[in-house]
Amino acid sequence: MTRVVVVGHGPSAHRLVESLRGFAGSITIVGEEPRPAYDRVALTSYLAGKTAEDLTYPVPEGVTLRLGSRVTGIDRAARTVITADGEISEYDVLVLATGSAPFVPPVPGKDLAGCFVYRTIEDLDAIRAAAATATAGIVVGGGLLGLEAADALRGLGLETHVVEMSPWLMPRQVDEGGGAVLRDHVERLGLTVHAGAGVKEIAGPDRVTGLVKPDGEVIPAQIVVFSAGIRPRDELARASGLAVGERGGIVVDEGMRTSDPSIYAIGECALVGGQIYGLVGPCFTMAEVAADRIMGGTSGFSGADLSTKLKLLGVAVAQFGQMSGALDVTYMDPVGGVYKKLFVSDDARTLLGGICVGDAGPYDTLRPYVGKPLPGLPSDLLFTGGVTLDLPDDAQVCSCNNVTAGTVRGAVLDKALTDVPGIKACTRAGSTCGSCVPLLKQILVKSGVPVSKALCEHFTQSRAELFEIVQVRAITTFTQLIEEHGSGRGCDICKPAVASILASLHNTHVLDGEQAALQDTNDHFLANIQKNGTYSVVPRIPGGEITPDKLIVIGEVARDFGLYTKITGGQRIDLFGARVEQLPQIWRRLVDAGFESGHAYGKALRTVKSCVGSTWCRYGVQDSAALAIMLETRYRGLRSPHKLKSAVSGCARECAEARSKDFGVIATENGWNLYVCGNGGFKPRHADLLVSDVDTDTLIRTIDRFLMFYIRTADRLQRTSAWLEAMDGGLDHLRDVIVHDSLGLCADLDAQIERHVAGYFDEWRATLDDPDKLRRFTSFVNAPGVPDPSISFVTERDQIRPVGVSS
Amino acid sequence: MSEWTSVCGYADLLPERGACALLGSEQVALFRTFDGRLYATGNRDPYSGAYVLSRGIVGTRNGEPTVASPMHKQVFSLVTGACLDDPATFIPIFPIRVSSGMVEVSVL
Ligand code: SRM
Ligand SMILES: Cc1cc2nc3c(=O)[nH]c(=O)nc-3n(C[C@H](O)[C@H](O)[C@H](O)COP(=O)(O)OP(=O)(O)OC[C@H]3O[C@@H](n4cnc5c(N)ncnc54)[C@H](O)[C@@H]3O)c2cc1C
Ligand code: SF4
Ligand code: FES
Repeated sequence: MTRVVVVGHGPSAHRLVESLRGFAGSITIVGEEPRPAYDRVALTSYLAGKTAEDLTYPVPEGVTLRLGSRVTGIDRAARTVITADGEISEYDVLVLATGSAPFVPPVPGKDLAGCFVYRTIEDLDAIRAAAATATAGIVVGGGLLGLEAADALRGLGLETHVVEMSPWLMPRQVDEGGGAVLRDHVERLGLTVHAGAGVKEIAGPDRVTGLVKPDGEVIPAQIVVFSAGIRPRDELARASGLAVGERGGIVVDEGMRTSDPSIYAIGECALVGGQIYGLVGPCFTMAEVAADRIMGGTSGFSGADLSTKLKLLGVAVAQFGQMSGALDVTYMDPVGGVYKKLFVSDDARTLLGGICVGDAGPYDTLRPYVGKPLPGLPSDLLFTGGVTLDLPDDAQVCSCNNVTAGTVRGAVLDKALTDVPGIKACTRAGSTCGSCVPLLKQILVKSGVPVSKALCEHFTQSRAELFEIVQVRAITTFTQLIEEHGSGRGCDICKPAVASILASLHNTHVLDGEQAALQDTNDHFLANIQKNGTYSVVPRIPGGEITPDKLIVIGEVARDFGLYTKITGGQRIDLFGARVEQLPQIWRRLVDAGFESGHAYGKALRTVKSCVGSTWCRYGVQDSAALAIMLETRYRGLRSPHKLKSAVSGCARECAEARSKDFGVIATENGWNLYVCGNGGFKPRHADLLVSDVDTDTLIRTIDRFLMFYIRTADRLQRTSAWLEAMDGGLDHLRDVIVHDSLGLCADLDAQIERHVAGYFDEWRATLDDPDKLRRFTSFVNAPGVPDPSISFVTERDQIRPVGVSS
Repeated sequence: MSEWTSVCGYADLLPERGACALLGSEQVALFRTFDGRLYATGNRDPYSGAYVLSRGIVGTRNGEPTVASPMHKQVFSLVTGACLDDPATFIPIFPIRVSSGMVEVSVL
């Protein structure tokens, strides 16, 4: 039986063992990191809330893993490897997948506390911990990874600097013109760029205090992240006498074999055709080639596409094919921050490559044409941006996984695929960096298959269609809807979606009759579930304005029930740790003191934040607090496809952050400006100006229509930002519909909102008045008073916190 | 050998919804589906470790009755206890019946 030993467990090793499925021998992986291989390309999303588990690849069955274990030597004569803790493994085939290490330039002070690299989950944990007490950070290196690291530092709240040796940023992907446009973008976001600058030393006696440039200027900072390129980890190969390149990298042939025929090298540590590949796509291909060879195949690696596209700091940057050519055509719009350039052959017929900053359109549509006749005049192609073209079958659409348009089309037809997740599962295209997803969508639409808009297996309709059906046919129950228009008995996708439609249209209590069975646990207990099965309580505090008496009541309730108390990011107060049977008791006290449900648990209006505005602030031009309270009161309880947030600022200084909200209002000298479809959260988006300088009545009418139009037409769990981005005609269309009534819908929308406002009642008060609804608030049907014994707390900073639930 | 324990009246269970019963130290999630059938599973969500499955949304997948964990939405078969999104994971299943209007389960 052949024994395969793999050194290193990164993406390349993972792809190798996946490709070895069905292999008859044994497979052992020795990896230095404390966890199995994870998606390093998506590393930064770890700081944005993804967990290590989210990023980790599944380990194929039958593979022996030794993690947290570094290989320190290869005995090629004995065919064994030895680890730092002395463990020896015998191999018949050895695969080196040791990847690369960030290059740290040999400058004085590079080892001070506060200096980091950006490569592993542990690196990110360390950076995050250090950022908690830092105010400024510096990234050394303004390439692709450097800017990603800079974005991360900015996301951690640090004043961020980028120091780049070259005269412009991302010199490997963009030329000088593109670099200038990129720099504008980056600086507009508040980052400071020091281009054409080296590092003399990192200052600080024992911790980083700053970076000294060669000209003596000191940039003060407490964190320095080195991202000045990568170096292949070829130290094992070197020590065991394998051939390595002059500038590093383990020399392999096209079959990924090193100078020792029983040892392969793949991924970022391999030097193939005189080149090191620092992108995951070619690494995957190398892994597949090696797997095939180990199983007796003959495939070979013949170079790879080094195109890159990324969205960094909100700016699209892309480069494909060559970065030079006989002729080039450039489109430059410094005001709009767009730079696009195509390189073509001397007869202007063949596309050689391109560079894009600020608009990746040409990358999406033209990359597959590299080396092929241009599908149009270069200048037309650059200007029209959004051209949709029929891609030739052999055009590569996914460079990460080396998948062609033909393969995708074939899979769509053969397997009757109707969506992008289906394509991902069948072909792997789109499953790595995701930048080819727009192309996949295009192929799907063009191949003429009916693209599924089905809500789930029980309804073939989209949410918007179900909304129409419920409205037109005056349906009031889920049972009627699924019997007449669906199949089966529903699930956790369609039930809450239909519950939300019924609530938007009929304004009944969410726990009335059959509706109660449709609700997610949050709506079912009118509170938010927490990790240990307890719930949180959020009373409404419109506009964030609260009297001292009410504040005292919240404090007393929290104290009496022993709840963890925190001021939320939405200008109100959250009380955590209530067991289901305590919820009615807590709300009895709150309702008696005049509080209402804050709907923190619902896909509904959350908060309308405010600033103090003209009543107190010396800059305020309108009473923003009063308007916020009015809007929150008007729309409270309104159920919608996803949560709705709003804010009102009293002047252009924007202290209430209205432009990050689904609908945000900013006061002007003459009235109000209304911004719509902003988002914080996972994919932030600034709201767009819909109408300006309007009076209060016009403002409210416009918001009424905006909200109702969204509720009628959005997909399930689609925030207003994503809804607008998917809307044909975009903002202009939206304005036409709700301001100019182009669809003749406005009277209807107005009436629906009026019904909502008139029919509003407080959900918690109504629950307390209804013994039937109260019955469900027990931990155990057979022991109503007994608290759930699995719930326990410890004290931290003088408040409770859940004891880790065992899993 | 089953040893039946009476936990509540049949009418105490709401259609298409779960409830939880405490039997000694065992938490049992009880479900009554739209067609009147009863199912009993463990209440512990194996993914989060929290005792919450009785509060999940009940439904069907390809006709099989299911509950979705309220924590992170993994779907379990009420019939076999298998997680339909990850068939290697199971939750325990318990015998359940109605006897003179009372729901009885067996945890032995
Ligand atoms: C409590 C709070 C954090 C805090 O301690 O400050 C919070 C807590 C939660 N947020 Fe949040 N968010 C809170 C303000 C925010 C804000 C800031 C804001 O509203 O100004 C944002 C960014 C703004 C935005 O939404 O655009 C925010 C973006 C999110 C997101 C990402 C939404 C997105 O579009 O990407 C989620 C996830 C989701 O909704 O799918 C989320 C989901 C959640 C959930 C519901 C997660 C969950 O399912 O358990 C948390 C439940 C809280 C609870 O049990 O009460 N929370 N969350 C804040 C409550 C505000 C309030 O009073 O209602
Ligand atoms: C922040 C970031 C963003 C990126 N973004 C992109 C992107 O958008 N697109 C793209 O194409 N690529 C991107 N990359 C590059 C991509 O992650 C790499 O190409 C890929 O990780 C290479 O995989 P690998 O398995 O060859 O090497 P690695 O991922 O480096 O894995 C090698 C593993 O081997 C281990 N190892 C090394 N020596 C030993 C030893 N002696 N004993 C045991 N174990 C050892 C290492 O600890 C490591 O776990 C990004 C990289 C980073 C860091
Ligand atoms: S937004 Fe303007 S009015 Fe409101 S607090 Fe800030 S400066 Fe004052
Ligand atoms: S190009 Fe990266 S996933 Fe397709």
